[in-house]
Amino acid sequence: MNIVACVKRVPTTEAEVKVSGDGKALETGGIAYMISFYDEIALEEAVKTKEALGSGEVTVLTIGPADGTKEIRECLAKGADKALLLKDDAWMNRDARATAKALAQQLGEMKADLVFMGRVATDRDNAAVGPMTATYLGWACVTDVIGLEIKDRAGKARVETEHGVETVEFSLPAIVTCNKGLNEPRYAGLKGIMAAKKKPLEEGTALDVPNQTQIVQIALPPARKEGRIVGEGAAAVPALMDALRNEAQVL
Amino acid sequence: MTTAIVFVEHADGTPRRASLECVGAAVAAGATVVAVLTGAGAEGAAAAVTGASEAVILTGGDGYSPDAFSAACAELIKARSAKAFFAASTYRGKDLAPRVAARLDVVPFADCIALSASGGGFEVRRPWLAGRCIATLGTSGDVMVATTRLNVFKPAASGAPAKVSNGAISEAPKARVTSVEAKTSSRLDVKEAAVIVSGGRGLQDAEKFKIVEELAAAFGNAAVGASRAIVDAGWRPHGEQVGQTGKTVSPKLYIAIGISGAIQHLAGMRTSGTIVAINKDKDAPIFKVADYGIVGDAFEIVPALTAAVKAVKAQA
Repeated sequence: MNIVACVKRVPTTEAEVKVSGDGKALETGGIAYMISFYDEIALEEAVKTKEALGSGEVTVLTIGPADGTKEIRECLAKGADKALLLKDDAWMNRDARATAKALAQQLGEMKADLVFMGRVATDRDNAAVGPMTATYLGWACVTDVIGLEIKDRAGKARVETEHGVETVEFSLPAIVTCNKGLNEPRYAGLKGIMAAKKKPLEEGTALDVPNQTQIVQIALPPARKEGRIVGEGAAAVPALMDALRNEAQVL
Repeated sequence: MTTAIVFVEHADGTPRRASLECVGAAVAAGATVVAVLTGAGAEGAAAAVTGASEAVILTGGDGYSPDAFSAACAELIKARSAKAFFAASTYRGKDLAPRVAARLDVVPFADCIALSASGGGFEVRRPWLAGRCIATLGTSGDVMVATTRLNVFKPAASGAPAKVSNGAISEAPKARVTSVEAKTSSRLDVKEAAVIVSGGRGLQDAEKFKIVEELAAAFGNAAVGASRAIVDAGWRPHGEQVGQTGKTVSPKLYIAIGISGAIQHLAGMRTSGTIVAINKDKDAPIFKVADYGIVGDAFEIVPALTAAVKAVKAQA
């Protein structure tokens, strides 16, 4: 089975956000990057699925900058067999549609059977690329998966909604987006790190798709009104109740 | 007037509040709303969609299929020359909107906190990087596709659809829902609740977390939330996690108990209406975003607060 894990490089959770002078872009100088949190879960599920099936190959696919190979080597160290970096210097500004179209073209060409992606990339937070890519390809897609079984050319996934847990049955080829709880991503061992150095890392160019997203303005969130400590210990409860009832009027 | 198609979810013939908020957002932005519904009980729900001028019920297929339903929604958008497709930012809405967008070859926007008319189309405002910045965005696509964050918009005050019609879901499904285990507890999901009581590592262990549940129960309709630390520790399920790798919430009242307030947690709740923090460390970052704070031992403070809330609710 041809298994692909799509990963994205994103600013770290702690990265300080600065807006450029024209208010239309983020300043990227000094930002540290990581693989998006949910993409680690996607990679783990790809490797686990290959291990469970006892055959197949896992390719890591990413759209990123030419120097974005550090994160890819980490994925190879965690069990992927090979990697493909689709270079795009403007990768951070690529919108969900432009990303999905480029991935769809590549995944179709690769004849992928099963593709894993994170539930959402923790930069633009759109959760759109998985279902969009599948739609462009005419493939099945299940989002926010917390449990998965693959048998022959079919899959059964569990997803958590606001109102319960649903079972979704689907046919391959398919794209599965992974939620926390699906697995516990492994750490790269020394053996994996050594092996990763010899694994193939190919480079290509991401399909050029103009963005539709028009950035009108980017701003830092409005500061919250300064709050206050109403007191210490249980003795402060009446003061808090008074504030909630009479000031904030939420009770 | 511009037409917007809005996906309305429902339960037992009653439209979900999140969907009515989404309709309200579209109406407030000047759109004529055509509600689109599917599933058992859709007829009853359609009649109760306040703010919609019209409702269309799509039927067909065995069990909900997101791909087949998205195809039917895209056809409806084209047939009505709609300028927008909106859904609430629920599981179903977030799963559906990108599929509809791809069918129309337009870019979608998730979890929007503002929606407005702009140059014959629409403009949205939404958080990036889990709320560390807010982007105002437009599209060069023909249709604006967006989902709206829960608890941010108001449902339209009145007005039921003047016309309800039917349409077909005809595409063969590639994925479909084959069974649903409904939640056994009646407690609201953190995304939907107007009041959230959240706990963190300061509660010491999973057993002692019950003081958080008791306070939530005292409010009647509050949801229980959790920090990443205690979800990772296995005290609470991931569905309750608030933060960058959990859910983003905007309740009217958010009470953080024993939560220090790491950036990743603040990202998920800083747009809440009123924030209360209870923490023994007076320098905890959570106090920087809190409107009201109490410094001290949660095991003394929370039961006293629970009793006070119960007393108020008993009077009401």
